[in-house]
Amino acid sequence: MLNLRDAGSHFWDRLNPIQRKIFVVVAIAFLFVVPYLNEFGPTSFLNTPIASFKDALVYPIGMFVLMALGLNIVVGKSGLLDLGYVAFFAIGAYTGAILSTTTGLNMWEILPIGIALAMLSGFILGLPTLRLRGDYLAIVTLGFGEITRIVVLNSKFTGGTNGVPNIPPPPKVGPVVFNIMNPQNYYYLIVVMILLTIWMIRRLSVRRAGRAWEAIRQDEDVAMLMGVPTLKYKLWSFTIGAAVGGAAGVVFASKVMVIAPGMFDFQVSILILACVVFGGIGNIWGVVLGATLLAYIPERIRFLTDTRQLAFGLVLVIMMNFRPDGLLPRKKREKIKEKAKETK
Amino acid sequence: MRLEIKDLRVFYGKIEAIKGISVVVNQGEIVTLIGANGAGKTTTLKTISGLRPVTSGSITFDGQDISKMPAHERVALGISQAPEGRGIFPGMSVLENLEIGKYFRKDRRNEMKEDLEKVYHLFPRLKERAFQAGGTLSGGEQQMLAIGRALMARPKVLLLDEPSMGLAPMMIANIFKIITEINTELGTTILLVEQNAQQALQRAHRAYVLETGKVVKEAKASDLLNDPDVRAAYLGTGANAH
Repeated sequence: MLNLRDAGSHFWDRLNPIQRKIFVVVAIAFLFVVPYLNEFGPTSFLNTPIASFKDALVYPIGMFVLMALGLNIVVGKSGLLDLGYVAFFAIGAYTGAILSTTTGLNMWEILPIGIALAMLSGFILGLPTLRLRGDYLAIVTLGFGEITRIVVLNSKFTGGTNGVPNIPPPPKVGPVVFNIMNPQNYYYLIVVMILLTIWMIRRLSVRRAGRAWEAIRQDEDVAMLMGVPTLKYKLWSFTIGAAVGGAAGVVFASKVMVIAPGMFDFQVSILILACVVFGGIGNIWGVVLGATLLAYIPERIRFLTDTRQLAFGLVLVIMMNFRPDGLLPRKKREKIKEKAKETK
Repeated sequence: MRLEIKDLRVFYGKIEAIKGISVVVNQGEIVTLIGANGAGKTTTLKTISGLRPVTSGSITFDGQDISKMPAHERVALGISQAPEGRGIFPGMSVLENLEIGKYFRKDRRNEMKEDLEKVYHLFPRLKERAFQAGGTLSGGEQQMLAIGRALMARPKVLLLDEPSMGLAPMMIANIFKIITEINTELGTTILLVEQNAQQALQRAHRAYVLETGKVVKEAKASDLLNDPDVRAAYLGTGANAH
């Protein structure tokens, strides 16, 4: 079968620095025109039949990519199975919703608060539970996701089943206006957040934290024997992952303007995890591709109505049969290039 | 350097794996723990390096009680282990495996080159394989890598858990020769756990015989080589000491 990942890395390796810069500029320019692809003849087949294409690009596609990248830090980098990732998304969203409707702070001011609260809850959850491994950790995080949803559903300050209505959109930045008429601007905001997240992951991966995560993922006991403070680095990956989820939540709340507990159920955690696994655990570009497809396909085939979920499930099962390691699997390294060592 | 284990007890759930053992390792020695499967040798090492919690008793290192200290801090004190089954990171190159052995060292950038040279001098094979993934090495090479990686931490005491396990006789002899070299040339104290009692007793200064979680004998290694009970139980009747 065609190896997309190797083809991609070969392509990149062959480019000289100038060609690489051009490629990056073209890629970013392409991301810029994506919201208009459905209006352009040859690519109009991309249009989503029921949701507006621009809205679908924000949620689910952009949000899923962002959250999948966040979850990938936890699942892919340090190998911790988190089944309750939606909790951080919910914490970010409710922080954004409640603060913006009660305090008059705008979204840009709330964003760091939402991130901080998500990180704090990740830290508080992680401190006792990250001593657990594998299946046990998965069960505890699953419980945390459900508890968060049930608390939100039954509390007064979160509006119970009705959720929080009338969340104001973010104020404009220069000429960029955020409102219902301009969903593409939310899309651009999310693209920026995605690029920042990718940049952050790549920076961390080549540093001490990246080495520590790699060691923990491959063999936690031996990592301890090497003097890696495993609990500390597991907590870091958990809280950084939570931060990305929280950031996604704050932006999500300001985009949809009404949030309710039903948006944060267990299924979202599973879908985000599916994005990571489907794309290729631990590979950033795989995760981006996986999340894009898994978010886009259900929107594209919405005309199937009742059979939509069935068709979607079938696609997943068939795909995972042919590519069990995901679309773009993490590199299995056998011969490590000398060149790669020197550039580090 | 003095590592002292006093009346150590370790439980796996309700099962008592270590039933009150006392072991002393002095500066510059090679001390070996020998015994059959399930005697508690590996558990003892894991407890010293902090992977298993102590139920009762104490572990002191240079006069400091370390029995409650987290594993990574014990490495910083100078306790390094080449674990059972070697524990190589399969997806990292040989060089990366060695580099991570220095993970906690504050001055790692300056020490790196010197210590890599030292390890490559002991194990020239590792230099040839430096950019190969750890998982593609042979068993013997992986064992070399495990020992080399532990040495990168500049340990005061090196804990070796069955370095001969699953290796060909030639390779076993080679590994044991290098263990002696590490002790004499680098001056590293070694606590060696082995089922290959013949080789271990020939190389060690002192030895402890473990049986089902207890120390049943403690003596100079050369004495144990000639001890009739030990010969019958661990060396086979045909074994020739020296």
